[in-house]
Amino acid sequence: MAEPVAVKLTIKDFKSDQEVRWCPGCGDYAILAAVQSFMPELGIPRERIVFVSGIGCSSRFPYYMNTYGLHSIHGRAPAIATGLSVSRPDLSVWVVTGDGDALSIGGNHLIHALRRNVNLKILLFNNRIYGLTKGQYSPTSELGKITKSTPVGSADSPFNPLSLALGAEATFVARTIDSDRKHLQSVLRAAAEHEGSAFVEIYQNCNIFNDGAFDELKDAGTRDDYLIRLEHGQPITFGKDGQFCVVHPPGGFGLEVRETASVSPADIVVHDAGVAEPAYAFALSRLPGEDLRNTPIGVFRQVPRPSYDNLVHSQVEAAKAKATGTPEEQLAGLLTSGDTWTII
Amino acid sequence: MTKQVRQLDRVVIRFAGDSGDGMQLTGDRFTSETAQLGNDISTLPNFPAEIRAPAGTLPGVSSFQVHFADYDILTPGDAPNVLVAMNPAALKANVGDLPRGAAIIVNTDEFTKRNLAKVGYTVSPLEDGSLEGYSVHPVGLTSMTVGALADHDVSKKDAERAKNMFALGLLSWMYSRPYESTITFLERKFAARPELVSANIAAFKAGWNFGETTEDFAVRYEVKPAKMPPGTYRNITGNAALALGIVASAVRSKLPVFLGAYPITPASDILHELSKHKRFGITTMQAEDEIAAIGATLGAAYGGALGITTTSGPGVALKGETISLAVALELPLVIVDVQRAGPSTGMPTKTEQADLNMALFGRHGEAPVAVIAPKSPSDCFHAIIEASRIALTHRTPVILLSDNYVANGSEPWLLPDVESLPDLTVEFATAPNGEDGTTFLPYLRDPETLARPWAIPGTAGLEHRIGGLEKADKTGDISYDPGNHDFMVRTRAARIEAIQVPDVEVEDPDGEARVLVLGWGSTYGPIGAACRALRQRGHSVAQAHLRHLAPMPGNLGEVLGSYDRVVIPEMNLGQLAHVIRARYLVDAIPYNKVRGLPFTAAELESMLEDVVKNG
Ligand SMILES: Cc1ncc(C[n+]2csc(CCOP(=O)(O)OP(=O)(O)O)c2C)c(N)n1
Ligand code: SF4
Ligand SMILES: [Mg+2]
Repeated sequence: MAEPVAVKLTIKDFKSDQEVRWCPGCGDYAILAAVQSFMPELGIPRERIVFVSGIGCSSRFPYYMNTYGLHSIHGRAPAIATGLSVSRPDLSVWVVTGDGDALSIGGNHLIHALRRNVNLKILLFNNRIYGLTKGQYSPTSELGKITKSTPVGSADSPFNPLSLALGAEATFVARTIDSDRKHLQSVLRAAAEHEGSAFVEIYQNCNIFNDGAFDELKDAGTRDDYLIRLEHGQPITFGKDGQFCVVHPPGGFGLEVRETASVSPADIVVHDAGVAEPAYAFALSRLPGEDLRNTPIGVFRQVPRPSYDNLVHSQVEAAKAKATGTPEEQLAGLLTSGDTWTII
Repeated sequence: MTKQVRQLDRVVIRFAGDSGDGMQLTGDRFTSETAQLGNDISTLPNFPAEIRAPAGTLPGVSSFQVHFADYDILTPGDAPNVLVAMNPAALKANVGDLPRGAAIIVNTDEFTKRNLAKVGYTVSPLEDGSLEGYSVHPVGLTSMTVGALADHDVSKKDAERAKNMFALGLLSWMYSRPYESTITFLERKFAARPELVSANIAAFKAGWNFGETTEDFAVRYEVKPAKMPPGTYRNITGNAALALGIVASAVRSKLPVFLGAYPITPASDILHELSKHKRFGITTMQAEDEIAAIGATLGAAYGGALGITTTSGPGVALKGETISLAVALELPLVIVDVQRAGPSTGMPTKTEQADLNMALFGRHGEAPVAVIAPKSPSDCFHAIIEASRIALTHRTPVILLSDNYVANGSEPWLLPDVESLPDLTVEFATAPNGEDGTTFLPYLRDPETLARPWAIPGTAGLEHRIGGLEKADKTGDISYDPGNHDFMVRTRAARIEAIQVPDVEVEDPDGEARVLVLGWGSTYGPIGAACRALRQRGHSVAQAHLRHLAPMPGNLGEVLGSYDRVVIPEMNLGQLAHVIRARYLVDAIPYNKVRGLPFTAAELESMLEDVVKNG
């Protein structure tokens, strides 16, 4: 983890000189603005922040941040960022990826970064479509989705990114929405504080190829009844008047939504992101229906586990501490180790 | 009984047995003893890809060949003078390689009906006269070992397993090897089980004493030490030398090293070895696949580490897209390809040189990289340091093409003086380089090397964004400008051509040669041995060997032009020959074999003799 340094920066310091080239109205703008205005809060000097991305509309993100940035290749950002983070523990490394980038071509790297618990803050911009390649369905698109490559509807069932991350042993899992800056920043704050991999799914509107995918979660008329705002330590209730709540159904495995009036207050689940057993967060991740009803946002899971970076580093440091002599002397010793003979 | 002692100048021994018989270890120990004595040595292990193929079958045969001499030698030897065959399968698999008159030591205990039938012998070859042309020594290796260990507190199975030490003892006696290092080795290896230390030492000594007393072995041999340059030596395999070269690169560059790898034969040993040397600031990562391995390595290089990724051909294929990214990012990166026989899984434990095309051309877009190849096991040490030097000074990916033959073969290595190794230190960018004194231009180049500044995250004032999209000259901003792209493509090619590589040296002792043999990589030994043999027989022939395959040495065209014929032996279907023909318009004669085995000096000698005589 980057040690905090007292620097006073403003949103301006994080805007690069590059012209932003997303489609007008794209949800990516809102996320960029939210991240840029959040960054000063970190108190980390710009040169110690690195954004690494793959390929996709979302992956253009690093060009617009006046930090260090690496726009890499499709799907590989978690792997590249792993090498950077492990070898440079002084840096704050952020990965920006899309649903295709992270879950299709790069699925392998994502799950392995999460299981290792590499010290990365991974922001997955989920627009449930391939934006950059002009509108094919993605691994988060609904079954039956009609797109350019699926004119009669896709036959693929989607991934639930949070369920996947939890299955991959992620220690921090959260979801937020592009249009809700306050919420987005609160999640970023929690992610930044987490040691290890922080996985954040951000629902992002692609107004060109999948417009309105998350409208029910955004429209004033529906959002309160659709969204479950998770707050650590608070009973999980939602709805305009708190008319819904989440309970452990007796005899069942997961969690279910009930009318608050129909259950005893003691039966309402109190949200605890620190539950060691991932089954709880997993059950939360399964609540939404296909129509987006009962979509939790916020921090699902946040549990401590040593980061890969720290474990690897301490091995190297321990070995160095035990060594004696200059590196040249150690090398000379290593070369002459084993069976040697001398010719005079 | 006093035995006759005969002097020999060179001997080739092949230990062959079932994969479970410990032949690699036996060969290793014999080699160590031989090294202690000061002979020149070259070794060649040959083992199946299966960890334990069914016992006693042909696919399960594992062998280890060692060539030692009182002069300097270049190859593990074409044909064994002595074969140790631990079972019928080992005999059957290897007898075809033996010249008439060779000695065969067979473990008769394994020549049972059942074992003979497993490999298709209906009558024992020990009895049907088929081995008449050889000097056969039937020895009950297993029963004599078990007998010798009767008083030891070990199971029958452990006693039987010590038969390889009996064989080693016998061979050590036959060739008058000093055995102290083997005793120490056994003490160390079985430290946790003292009963096995004493059993294995007893088996070794029983084998030695058997040689001394039995009448079947009337002669004992000596091979005098070779005259080698003074200094301290150790016997080293190519993979071990390469790993040490990486450690040396860490020390001489004063940079942390990041090694990303995914296990693959025959490259995994490099990862294993380096994972033991963390104290040099070396981080090893066993990634989820080769793409992640090179990705993490590139990420570490971006952060200022010396990044090295090690693999074999199938892995290089997976790394291709990331190598192209590194070409675009212009960051230092070393990719080690320990080649094996392909395509696809091919023959994972057999050698080949068929990845040259992939190294030179196997990427999308115009994506030139530097390519270099070691010529012998110990040369892997210097070759990887050279690869690191090029990568660091020129900020480019460098592919090092080793192969299974150099990786697993071994030879004595005159240990270098650490201070004499090249200085690999580089400077990171620390300040803006724009004319206004405040802007940083990530693609402003050094006029000589054309390398761009290595500006690592953490450096205040140099924050910048780079990526795989085409970059504008100097600023590194995204650019779709046609003229700029043309310029950048040509500049990336010019960057590789700007790498200084030493002239290729030609060995043409009498200066009379009209035929030049050009090779690269691991064929150096067999080509050199063939040329020597030809010269000894009064023919003139010149040898040149390429370490640098991209860029090629500046004098190569001139060298090629000064011979009437150029012959290019390769363990592929003519990949270097293609390049030489295309680049230098030389009508080179390719000589190609892809048998998964190194060339023999004899076959090259007869092929070259034909060219020398008939043009
Ligand atoms: C190896 C490779 N294959 C395919 C592509 C083409 N490609 C670029 S972006 C992309 C999908 C991006 O989708 P997503 O990750 O969801 O990002 P979005 O554009 O929606 O933000 C594809 C298939 C590529 N650049 N590289
Ligand atoms: S295609 Fe969609 S995701 Fe891409 S920039 Fe346009 S609106 Fe945004
Ligand atoms: Mg998408």
